[in-house]
Amino acid sequence: MNKELLSILEKNSRITPAEIAVMLGTTEEAVKEEIKKLESDKIILGYRTLINWEQVDKDTIKAYIELKITPQAAKGFDRVAEKIYKYPQVKSLTLMSGAYDLLLEVEGETLRDVAMFVSEKLSQMDSVIATTTHFVLKTYKKENVIFQHPDKDPREVITL
Amino acid sequence: MMNYDNILSKKASCIPPSGIRKFFDIVSEMKDAISLGVGEPDFVTPWPIREAGVTSLEKGRTHYTSNAGTMELREEISRYVNRKYNLNYNPKNEIIVTVGGSEAIDITLRALLNPGDEVLIPEPSFVCYKPCTILAGGVPVPIVTEEKDNFRLTKEKLLEKITDRTKVLILPFPNNPTGAIMEKEDLEAIASVLRDTNIIVLSDEIYSELTYNGKKHVSFASIDGMWERTVTINGFSKAFAMTGWRLGYLAAPAPLCSVMYKIHQYAIMCAPTTSQLAAVEALKNCDGDVENMCKEYNQRRRVLVDGFRKMGLSCFEPEGAFYVFPNISSLGYSSEDFAKKLLEEEKVAVVPGTAFGECGEGFVRCSYAYSIESIQEALKRIGNFVERHKK
Ligand SMILES: Cc1ncc(COP(=O)(O)O)c(C=O)c1O
Repeated sequence: MNKELLSILEKNSRITPAEIAVMLGTTEEAVKEEIKKLESDKIILGYRTLINWEQVDKDTIKAYIELKITPQAAKGFDRVAEKIYKYPQVKSLTLMSGAYDLLLEVEGETLRDVAMFVSEKLSQMDSVIATTTHFVLKTYKKENVIFQHPDKDPREVITL
Repeated sequence: MMNYDNILSKKASCIPPSGIRKFFDIVSEMKDAISLGVGEPDFVTPWPIREAGVTSLEKGRTHYTSNAGTMELREEISRYVNRKYNLNYNPKNEIIVTVGGSEAIDITLRALLNPGDEVLIPEPSFVCYKPCTILAGGVPVPIVTEEKDNFRLTKEKLLEKITDRTKVLILPFPNNPTGAIMEKEDLEAIASVLRDTNIIVLSDEIYSELTYNGKKHVSFASIDGMWERTVTINGFSKAFAMTGWRLGYLAAPAPLCSVMYKIHQYAIMCAPTTSQLAAVEALKNCDGDVENMCKEYNQRRRVLVDGFRKMGLSCFEPEGAFYVFPNISSLGYSSEDFAKKLLEEEKVAVVPGTAFGECGEGFVRCSYAYSIESIQEALKRIGNFVERHKK
């Protein structure tokens, strides 16, 4: 039931264990136990709310930053990553294949905030060879959710 | 003044209009009603299929195809029904691509029936078998399927209705509206009755990809000795969420196919070209999409059945399609009154069971082609209603 349980929770973390139990044809107890286990195994890492901040009057600037790093042996990338993800501005960090090595999602209140973070923090690190900053203009889809207001049900109300 | 009554075809005029048309009109005009009345998927056609359709238009593929459908699509259908249902049909002369399963049903009956031929129709079932039979000159003979038999067709019920005028047996499983399926043993029992007759089976398997509890669909034509007497009908509407594309198919022995082919050729020419080109993508690359949709339907199915049972209603567990068919007779209303009152008082639309045959009295059809959230809200309202009207 693991994967199906996870995909239900991934879509709606507010659903209750009782509701999940019905959907999966099992007991509430079994679902609670499974969730507890998934939490303690650090497979479920948290329960968040997906927010379209662009609809809210909040000035945040988002950027994706590509980092090229000096070639690293074995755990080298992990060590560099550890240094970078400690900054609270860094919202996500992934190691990539291809033309660059690390991809960061960074947030700041102004363009300047983000630019300063890149020039004063990231670029100064010994192992960083090059950075490319891409500012986010608009989000269309995130976490499998399309951000546009959904259309209403286009179907006829009754068909046999 | 023209007297149209004298002009119109007697046969066509005599087809009873759907008795619940008025009810539908009320629902359509009600703004904030929650409907569980829809007989089509809520999912949009998977993107790769839509893209294949768009690409075909960009390439200028805007012409007729060969009458039976493109050879590529027929070959894919042949492969698909083989890998899924263990069926063997020659794409050259045993498969016709049609305008939905609907056309396939129509041309099958028209190709088979002589005046007075009887067509056995298990009920409750989809609404088109009876009028299509009448239009083709046949006589519809309902066979009642019952909740106590899990709405399956039994050998005994079938034997009761067979006469020497019986030409066709319709096998509408997985069933709309009951959600009943027929397992291999059930089909074997039917086959044992038919084996020594000349009865042809029209097997409407349009919901074949949507079955639950691990019970994979079994095609009637795959039962020993039945291929030669079966017209297998299927389509893209339900499995691939492609209702608006109007595409289906039939597969049958060549001598039968050749007559259906003639009707199709003159009445239709060919199924929509864009849809045919998109459908190739569906059959080749979309098993995963179908599986995911099926998984979601299954979750919703459990929520609906559980919801009705918790209200104290008897609710048969459907194992196919996307409908549940709760028994509401304990409230003392007819199906139609129940549906009307529920709509007036709680603004939830369900379909009276009688829309699917007289024996649907006492039941209503609820579709679970809706989001879990809508289903939960609808259940809450129906629960309030049942609480208030409980006897
Ligand atoms: C049992 C059954 N058969 C056939 C059809 C016709 O489907 P289509 O013509 O879209 O293939 C439907 C549609 O609701 C159905 O429920």
